[in-house]
Amino acid sequence: MIEIKGLTKRFGKKPVVEDVSVKIESGTITSFIGPNGAGKSTLLSMVSRLLNADTGEVLLDQNNVQKWKSNEFARRVSILKQSNYINVRLTVRELIAFGRYPYSKGRLTAEDEKFVDQAIEYMNLSEMEDQFLDELSGGQKQRAFIAMVIAQDTDYILLDEPLNNLDMKHSVQIMKILRGLVDELGKTVVIVLHDINFASVYSDRIVALKDGKLVKNGPTHEIINSDALRDIYDMDIPIQEQNGCRICVYFNSHT
Amino acid sequence: MRLWMLIIAAIVLSFLSLFIGAIDIKPSELLDWESDETQIFLISRVPRLMAIILAGAGMSIAGLIMQSLSRNKFVSPTTAGTLDAAKLGILISMLFFTNTTYLQEIIFSFVFALAGTLVFMQILDRVKFKDVIFVPLIGIMYGNILSSITTFLGYEADLLQNIQSWLMGSFTLIISGRYELLYVSIPAVILAYLYANKFTVAGMGEDFARNLGLSYKLVLNMGLILVAIISTTVVLTVGVIPFLGLIVPNIVSLYLGDNLRKTIPHTAVLGIVFLLICDILGRVIIHPYEIPVNVTVAVIGSAIFLIMLFRGRAYAKK
Repeated sequence: MIEIKGLTKRFGKKPVVEDVSVKIESGTITSFIGPNGAGKSTLLSMVSRLLNADTGEVLLDQNNVQKWKSNEFARRVSILKQSNYINVRLTVRELIAFGRYPYSKGRLTAEDEKFVDQAIEYMNLSEMEDQFLDELSGGQKQRAFIAMVIAQDTDYILLDEPLNNLDMKHSVQIMKILRGLVDELGKTVVIVLHDINFASVYSDRIVALKDGKLVKNGPTHEIINSDALRDIYDMDIPIQEQNGCRICVYFNSHT
Repeated sequence: MRLWMLIIAAIVLSFLSLFIGAIDIKPSELLDWESDETQIFLISRVPRLMAIILAGAGMSIAGLIMQSLSRNKFVSPTTAGTLDAAKLGILISMLFFTNTTYLQEIIFSFVFALAGTLVFMQILDRVKFKDVIFVPLIGIMYGNILSSITTFLGYEADLLQNIQSWLMGSFTLIISGRYELLYVSIPAVILAYLYANKFTVAGMGEDFARNLGLSYKLVLNMGLILVAIISTTVVLTVGVIPFLGLIVPNIVSLYLGDNLRKTIPHTAVLGIVFLLICDILGRVIIHPYEIPVNVTVAVIGSAIFLIMLFRGRAYAKK
């Protein structure tokens, strides 16, 4: 289990994340939502050790993440930041194989190859495994990076706005894959999302931040209602039910 | 392109290189151990070939490492101030000690090359606008500033002529006893190959590297040390060879990608082939005189560089 305890981060004097405490439950998709500048990405970066917290701590299996060896940590928790801009000419297969780096340091064993093959299969990338990343579309590239994380075989997968720059079709595709990672492979996914409706339809739990502070934290159905959303976004957002999905109709709301 | 094709080209060109020069040497004459031809062969031709091979492979790999670590296709020892810093280092060592020993020159040059490149990487970290063309332009300006300091100090101390000789990359003066420092670059190149996977991962950015449990700063510093070692040995023996570390890795990247484990052997051999061609041309064009290799490399290299700029901007940008 990942436990965030009283985490604070300041850039200069301004606190970007202030005294946030959250438990990430295993086997769920947890979405971080909130307005721009709420500190979602900063929080995710601290959980994954890319940033150091000023005060507070993040515990992975009761141990402070800072105390984990980088290699062991990389076998438990993986993070993908917005990756569409990486300009390295690797083939899809080479990229995915680097997911095995924490295990093999680049000298792939037969077992590593098996993980790579499975990841390629799972993400439906076999047709393009020998193509260079810069020849792929945004959606394909995003799938390749997620395949790399699957090959990395961590219990926790953290994603920072994975739907950025993707069209509707590919966004749905990625979210279904993430759902599958949790339901089929038993992973725990933590994701920063901008689109509240993707959060509503696909996540089990929602953590809402505003101005660096935690405003809501609970199962999705407790957060996706007009009252709670008003606290988060300062908007009146009507909710409509469609085939059991709660959709927030915010496009013409009063602010 | 296949690796064996490049290796065969390198071997053929190596033989050509051994038997081209102001004095005609026929292979049969080498059977006589005492003949002048054999002496010339051993004192001049073989060291020259070795120097070309080591400098060609070394500078290309140094360029490849820099491009990977800076995540910019147009950064190389020539376009990041590394070579200019190395030159400044040699000059400072000459100013400090009245009778500079070779070792002092090596140490100063190495320290300056390393520090100079580190400063450039720091600048790179700070600039917000990371355009593929803009970054090397900063590097070239930065190199020119270092270079003008060198020229000023050299002028004040009456050492301008010496500086001129390091500026001119040339194999003309390479004879046995004057190039052996280049062998130091062999372990550096081997280390680069062993570190290849780490450089590739680091080349995908700090966040990416740390996600895979790689200590980014360590790999970055390791890479810059290797670059500084290689640059120092080349500047001190051969002089500055421009463009080599820039175009060779880019050509390889175009057809083979950026996985360093795969590209390092190609880059090394292609660097050797390219430098051999340039050196042989320089020796043939105005035979029995010679055009220094930095001139032929600059002419051919800048042409290729321009083609890459115009055709490859899209590729480098992605």
